[in-house]
Parts: sequence; C-alpha cells; structure tokens
Amino acid sequence: MNILFFQAAMIVYLLAAAGYIAYIIAPEKKNRAFLSLLATVAGFLLHIAYFTLRWSESGRIPITGFFEAINFLGMGIVLVFLIMELRYRIAALGSFMLPLVVLLMAPALAVSGKIEDLNPILKSGWLGIHTSLAVLGDAAFAFACIISIMYLIQERQLKKKHLGAIFHRLPSLEIMDTIGYKAISFGWPLFTLGMVTGSIWAEVAWGTYWSWDPKETWSLITWAIYLAILHLRTLGWRGKKMAYLSIVGFLFVLISFFVVSRIQVGKHVF
Amino acid sequence: MGVIVVGLSHKTAPVDVREKLSFPEASLADALTTLRGYEGVRECLILSTCNRVEIYAVAQDTAFGVEQIKRFISEHRKIAPESLARSLYVHTDAPAVRHAFRVASSLDSMVVGEPQILGQLKDAFEAGLKNKTTSAIVNKLLKKAISVAKRVRTETRIAESAVSISFAAVELARKIFGDLQGKTVMLLGAGEMAELAARHLINNGVKSVLVANRTFERAVELARDFNGSAVRFEDFPAEMVVADILICSTGASHYVVTHDAVNKALKGRHHKPIFMIDISVPRNIDPEVNKIDNVYLYDIDNLQGVVDSNIEGRQKEAERAEEIILQEVETYLQWERALDVVPTIVDLREKVEDIRLRELDKALCQLNGITDDQRRSVEAMSQAIVNKIVHAPIVVLKQSASEAGNEDLFQFARRLFNLDKELKKCVHARGFGRDEGKSG
Repeated sequence: MNILFFQAAMIVYLLAAAGYIAYIIAPEKKNRAFLSLLATVAGFLLHIAYFTLRWSESGRIPITGFFEAINFLGMGIVLVFLIMELRYRIAALGSFMLPLVVLLMAPALAVSGKIEDLNPILKSGWLGIHTSLAVLGDAAFAFACIISIMYLIQERQLKKKHLGAIFHRLPSLEIMDTIGYKAISFGWPLFTLGMVTGSIWAEVAWGTYWSWDPKETWSLITWAIYLAILHLRTLGWRGKKMAYLSIVGFLFVLISFFVVSRIQVGKHVF
Repeated sequence: MGVIVVGLSHKTAPVDVREKLSFPEASLADALTTLRGYEGVRECLILSTCNRVEIYAVAQDTAFGVEQIKRFISEHRKIAPESLARSLYVHTDAPAVRHAFRVASSLDSMVVGEPQILGQLKDAFEAGLKNKTTSAIVNKLLKKAISVAKRVRTETRIAESAVSISFAAVELARKIFGDLQGKTVMLLGAGEMAELAARHLINNGVKSVLVANRTFERAVELARDFNGSAVRFEDFPAEMVVADILICSTGASHYVVTHDAVNKALKGRHHKPIFMIDISVPRNIDPEVNKIDNVYLYDIDNLQGVVDSNIEGRQKEAERAEEIILQEVETYLQWERALDVVPTIVDLREKVEDIRLRELDKALCQLNGITDDQRRSVEAMSQAIVNKIVHAPIVVLKQSASEAGNEDLFQFARRLFNLDKELKKCVHARGFGRDEGKSG
C-alpha cells in the first residue's frame, strides 16, 4: 500500500522532469517552469509521506539496503534542488536536476521495496546520523555535478561562438561557477561528518574506527577528490577545470552507490 | 464606426518627410484638440516618434473621417497634401486594429522587438486621455494593444536577444559575468564602436573604466568622459590584471595583445574570466588567446555572427507573434461588434415603443367612454403585438453579435427599421449616449 506513495512520487517527478525539459526547449512558455516546480514540490511531499510511512512501518529509519539508499539519495537531491531553486531562481536547473533524480531512482522501481529485517548490530541512533550526513553531502555533490554540466555547455557555446537555443536559459558562467563551488563547500563538511560519525559508530559497534572495507576505502578516495577541489580552488583552479573535477567526483559517488555497496564484503553491503 | 489609422513610418517615408510631419510634444495637446474639433471626428490619438507619425481615430463616417484626418495633417503641419500622398498609409477597421497591435508589439519597428515603442504608445494614449480626445473605442483599442504587446513579449522570444554589436557585447558579458556591477572594463584605443560598446556596458552596471591610448591626452579625455581613469599605453599589460572586459580597437597592424600578456594577466587575477572584444581590423588581439581557459575572445565578425543569428531568431519569433496578433484582433472585433448591437437593439425598442404610444393615444381618443378594464386590455394588446414583432429581430441581432461577418446585418437592421434618421432625437430625448465624448 505504502509503495503507492513511492510510485506516485516517481510519476510526479517524471512529469516535472518532462515539464522542465519542455520549458528549456521552448522557454517562452514560462508557466511550464512554474508548473514543473509545483510538480517537484508535490512529488517531494509524496516522497516524504512515503518515507515517514515506511519509517513507522519498519520501526527504524528507512535508509538501509539498496532500495532505501537510493530512495533517500533521491530525496536529498530534490531537497538540495528545491533550496537552490528557491534561493537562485534558475529554472533551467530543474531541466537537468529532475532527469537526474528520475534516472537515479528508476532502479528502485526494479528492486523489491519489501521491508527486510535489519541486522541487530545496525539498530542504533548512529545509523540515521551517519547516513543522513553522508547522503546530504552526496546530494550537494550531485548538485555541483549538474551545475558543472550546465557550466560546460555554456562555456563551450561561448568559446565556439555558437549560441544555441538553451543558451538564453542558462545563468551566467560566474554564478554557475560560484554556486557549484558553494555546493561542494557545503557538501564536503557534511560528507566528512558522515565519515567521522560512521567511524565513531564502527568503534562503538565493532570496536574499530576503520577497517578498510570497500565502501570506506572508496569514500576516502571520494572525500580526497573533493578536498583536492576545495584546495585547488584557492590556487586559482576555477571554471572548466573545476567543472570537470566536480563531475569526476560525482562519478565516484555514483560508483560508490551502485557498485561498491553491492560488493559482497564489509559492513556496507546492501 | 470602426478604427481608422492614418500615418507614415520609416517604411514609407524618409526622415526628411517624417520630421516635417512629427508633432512636437509641446504642441501635442493643441493638435489633439484641433483634430477633435474637425467635423465627424469622434475620437483621436496622435503617436509621434522619430520613426513614425500616426493618427488613430474613430469617425461617424469612416471614409469621410479619413479625408478629414488628411486635411488636418496638411493644414496643421502646413504640408501640401500631394507631397504626402506617396508616404501616407490608411488602414480602417480590422486592418487598422491589426496595425495598432503590430506597432505596439514592435513588429513594425525598424529594429523588430525593440522595446521603446510600447512606452511611446503609452505616452500618446495618456496625452489622448488627458486632453479627453479619446473615448470608448480608442481607449479599448489602446488598452488591448498594450496587453497584446505584453503577451507577445512574454510568449515569444522576440525581444530577448541583442541585435546590435554593442548590445551583443553586453549580452555576452552578462552570460559570462551575470551582474556587471563591480566589473571593470578597459578600453584599449578609442574607436567610435568601442566607445559605444563601453557606454552600453556602463549603462548596464559596469562601474569602473580604464582607458589606454597611444596618445595619453586622448586617453585622459575619454577617461574623463566615462568617469574612469587613464592608463599609459605602455602600462596596459600590467593593468589588464584588473580588467574583466577588454575592448580593443587600436589602429595597429599587428597583435597588440599577445598570448603571453593574456596568460600573465590571467595568472595575476587568479584565472578569473576575461571577456575580450576585438573591434579592430586588422585584429589587435592574438586569436590564439581564445584557446586559453577562462578567456572569451570575440572579434568583430564573431559579434556580427551573434547579431545575425539573433536577428534570424527574432524573425522566426515574429511569425509566431503575428499569429497571436491575429487571434487578438478577432477578440477585439468581437468586442466592437457587441458594442454595435446594443445601441441598435435599444434604438429598435425605443422606436417601436414610440410608435405604440402614439398610435395608442390616437385610438384611445377615438374610443370615448370605454371602461378602465377595456382601456387596459387595449394597452396590453398593443404591447403584446409590438413585443412579438420585435422579438425575433432582437434575438437574431443578439446572436449575431458574437460572430464575424455580421457588420452588414446591423446596418441592414437600422435601415429596415429606419433607425438612423431619428437616432439623434432619441439619444437626446432619452439621455442615452453611446459616445460620451461628443454628445455628452
């Protein structure tokens, strides 16, 4: 029954994505962007409703297992998108963010959404804190990646002197560069805290802070990439180079979610 | 009783004719009231800009109204009518409405999509309202024209892109920097076009201006003009560090701005982007610098390319705008038609009521000594006959008000019932005026 909320949210997100794409193709229809934003908000509310219902049904925060993980990641990305859209009013963001949300969450439809028993060792307050922080960090990185893609499109058109149809809808290079960087500088501390709390939890549960399981190792690499981005920024790395790095960084996040977590060793298996 | 437009524009008249005809703002009120005083002119409005002079009017008789307006133009502007014959265009009814909407939406402008015309039209409208030379029809026409222009603006991309080189420079700068507030522009050399581009950038928020020129005095002079500061020509490579936008137009025959200089400046400014505009021919900025990250170099041909593709885009959008205008003309005409049917029905009712009362009086005079009851039933009978006779025509008139092609029907009804001869009398007797301007 609850899964209906999830499916409804997905359908509404899909509509929002289609609306945003229609908007960027024919920008004179400004109400398309507004309707898509409304749809996104509606989808998000359904999504939260689903999350809450699942939480009360299972009696624990629903962020373990493949299904719940991408469900939670999708929710985080939509949240970051809504905050950024309301803050900067860049409708074109939706034309890139919503398709990403749909693509990321689509695999969840293919797997069973059945509530599974949790390994008792994972039943802890740390679970919510550790995963929420990490996922919020990931959502900020997703945002930075999307804005980087938009940056590269506009950068390329400006360099080649070929100004296409969507050129007029994209914000300025400077603002994209700035908020892309901002997203990483918010995301990285969250991601760091996610790792620290995970480590403390590991100490509590297993008696060791760090055990080099695949997820931990991979996350450390991801963490280091974003740290490098933040550092290089102070050395004058901006624009195109930053955009490429940010996309690479998010690829590591995606691999972490869709590949590393499925390797059947370690404690992050799901 | 439809709308009349008489006028000329950049499309039909050269500037020496347009300037003779144009109405200076100071004498506009006088011109409006004079025109309104011409026989048969019920409402009028004068739009006078540097690209067009147009009179929008409503007259009792359209053909006569057109003649009157032409007479007014040649009398008031003291121009022989023959010398205008070639330039003046006349539109009436639906084409006049369409013309008004096209003008307001900037489809008839020299630069299609330019925004000034709407403001000028609003000013002309205000002058008409202030001098009370407009009334129901012109007011409706203008209000509608303004809302159509807004619709065109929001639903098409007609006014979105820059169609001159200096505006293209501003558009590109905005695409790179967003807000231009706090940005610095550096002028290298001083050509007319470079100055114009710099001026547009300043109008769009650029605050700080640097000018470098081979003759330092000229640089100082220009810098004063822009409220900026002058830079010695030898020093410009060092100063480039602070320049977000560089406009180059020296007369040199070699590359003044080299790859190395740009690289160095970029390092100095922590790779913050530089937008370089090379207006000079032959070019003064090494084209290779466009390959450097965070440098965007546009030469004159590149800018022209942006302008050309924008103009092409505008033309495509103009086609969509024309469709919107056709729809809106139709809704306007519906309103005008409905305006026609109401007085026709009122006139018809009044006319038959008039006849009924007169005939009833005559009959009652002859029928001496009838009882009150009998008198009432004769009255009721007359009322019933009249109502039944006019019922069908009124229903038809009401129905046809919302459809196109029925203008003739109203005229026909008026002739059939002989309404026009006695209209004036009725209007005055009953205090019913469809035209508050003239009869009120």
